[in-house]
Amino acid sequence: MEARPPGDHADLEALARRGRLLVIESVARAGAGHIGGPLSAMDLLIALFFRVLRIRPDEPGWPERDRFVLSKGHSAIGLYAAMALRGYFPVEELATFDAAGSRLQGHPDMTRLPGLDASTGSLGQGLSVGLGMAMGARRRGLDNHTWVLLGDGEMQEGQVWEAIPVAAKYGLGNLTAIVDRNGMQQYGWPLRLDERHRGDRRDPFGDTAVREAFEAFGWRVLEIDGHEFGAIIAACEDARAAGTGVVPTVILAETVKGRGLSFTEGAFEWHSRVATADEVEAARAELGEEPA
Amino acid sequence: MTKALRDAWADTLIELAADNPDLLVLDGDLGTSTRAERFARAHPDRFLQMGIAEQGMVGTAVGLASMGFVPWLSSFVVFFTHRAVDQVRMSVAQTHANVKIGAAYAGLQTGFTGKTHLDVQDLAIMRAMPGMTVLAPGDATECAAMVRWATATPGPVFLRLGREGGPDLFDASYRFEPGRVIRLRDGADVLLVGTGQQTARCLEAATLLAADGLGAGVVHVPSIKPVDAGAIAAAARDVRLVVTAEEHSVLGGLGSLVAEIVTAHVPRRVERIGIEDTWGESAPGTWLLDRHGLTPERIAERVRRALDAEG
Ligand SMILES: Cc1ncc(C[n+]2csc(CCOP(=O)(O)OP(=O)(O)O)c2C)c(N)n1
Repeated sequence: MEARPPGDHADLEALARRGRLLVIESVARAGAGHIGGPLSAMDLLIALFFRVLRIRPDEPGWPERDRFVLSKGHSAIGLYAAMALRGYFPVEELATFDAAGSRLQGHPDMTRLPGLDASTGSLGQGLSVGLGMAMGARRRGLDNHTWVLLGDGEMQEGQVWEAIPVAAKYGLGNLTAIVDRNGMQQYGWPLRLDERHRGDRRDPFGDTAVREAFEAFGWRVLEIDGHEFGAIIAACEDARAAGTGVVPTVILAETVKGRGLSFTEGAFEWHSRVATADEVEAARAELGEEPA
Repeated sequence: MTKALRDAWADTLIELAADNPDLLVLDGDLGTSTRAERFARAHPDRFLQMGIAEQGMVGTAVGLASMGFVPWLSSFVVFFTHRAVDQVRMSVAQTHANVKIGAAYAGLQTGFTGKTHLDVQDLAIMRAMPGMTVLAPGDATECAAMVRWATATPGPVFLRLGREGGPDLFDASYRFEPGRVIRLRDGADVLLVGTGQQTARCLEAATLLAADGLGAGVVHVPSIKPVDAGAIAAAARDVRLVVTAEEHSVLGGLGSLVAEIVTAHVPRRVERIGIEDTWGESAPGTWLLDRHGLTPERIAERVRRALDAEG
């Protein structure tokens, strides 16, 4: 890689644009899938896979690797795009997304695709699994780190709130939760009259003081712009540095659902909509690719 | 082509809520998929968004029911039968609470959701719960009739709702009766038993078999529990072979139900078509139906082979 001035993340920005387009195209080809969640998490995923995670794409089962759990499993296609770009499998394989027999299932299936550390799709389960990985790593004496990416809507699941106090109780500084706070979910809640929000509907419980809640349970909280590569990488470095300590870290990443495309940003219908041929063209134009 | 069961469910609730102020819909953030969204638009004051928190939603419904309301729940089937199964078991079934479970995206045609969401065990689980009424409508007309019946009848009801439309089985004269088994076609050689939208595929299979000179009777079991066991036993007595077909595991669902009844009453072989002890996966619904032997062609093939083996 060529040397870049510090703070220049042009390569990551280009990868994220590419990843977003791959999401739109793969879902359109499959005729099913999610858009809003994968796009809101794309910058986080690219930062993780290209700068943060200690992984070996050509040796996905490397025992000392960092563990990564996409707890918001419906964003699988976003994860697959990032993994393909990082070299886990050929980008062309994304064309098999959702197809019968594909390794790239609608929700991540670790029994099919090497490189997935967990199977997810039923929301709310990933943090507990990550907790177990972090606990196991401590007992094995590994100095790796475990990362769990959650949706903010997903935080409504009770199981998440079972894992939070337990992780603190066991002093798992080697566990980091990242919350993709786009303020929206699938159906959610209508906005109040003249309410200003980054989406056209909202998370009904979005006003909950999540920072204070995590702190009350003994976690360290970092709040960042989830579309700012510098901030994402710095927060993750900070979290890894706390890995030998006894306080787990949560990164609350402020994001926009459907981020990166003018017509998907903040539009709840794009949670799981399929782009028409014209919309795919529009996406290619906006994300900087020549028409196919 | 009838409208999808989820649409029939939502539209019937909208209609019923106009006269029933106690009818409420609670949604686990899937209203756009289950069609509870339509109800929310029609009766916003009767729609409660409970968030992505199914266990709490089930418990809340039990409390509301105890206060005299009639709560209908909206989520994917898998989140009732698996995620919130203890709440369904202890708080709903064991107390005979007046809670109505709208179990959407049931069966194999779920729009590519895959292993995590495809629920091939819901009937087995719900059927094993004492006091639970378990219903699997075959078309939109039957679905609407079940929604009316369930809303008016105290006690827990599990209503299995497919995502897609399918052929019509019934006309406006249809009346739902819990337990009733419905004979849709007579035939002397084999009895095909279906439930839910699979029954329409059994009827088509019967037509294919008739072309080969084989008489296939078809029986529809929309009420998995309670069920008129005598009617199933009587129908089995008239034929050489009984074949069940369901968008469900062969373990514990319709096939098991029919085998339990038949073995207690008549010496007939029961072939069970369904998912053979495996999980679902992301694939087109029609591909999954074929893969698991549930298309009319595959059913007819299986029947021919089984009859040959019978000699
Ligand atoms: C247990 C469970 N309940 C419901 C769903 C259906 N579902 C899939 S995505 C989604 C919304 C998720 O919202 P959020 O976590 O905020 O993700 P994002 O907005 O980033 O897509 C829902 C309700 C599910 N997958 N799992």
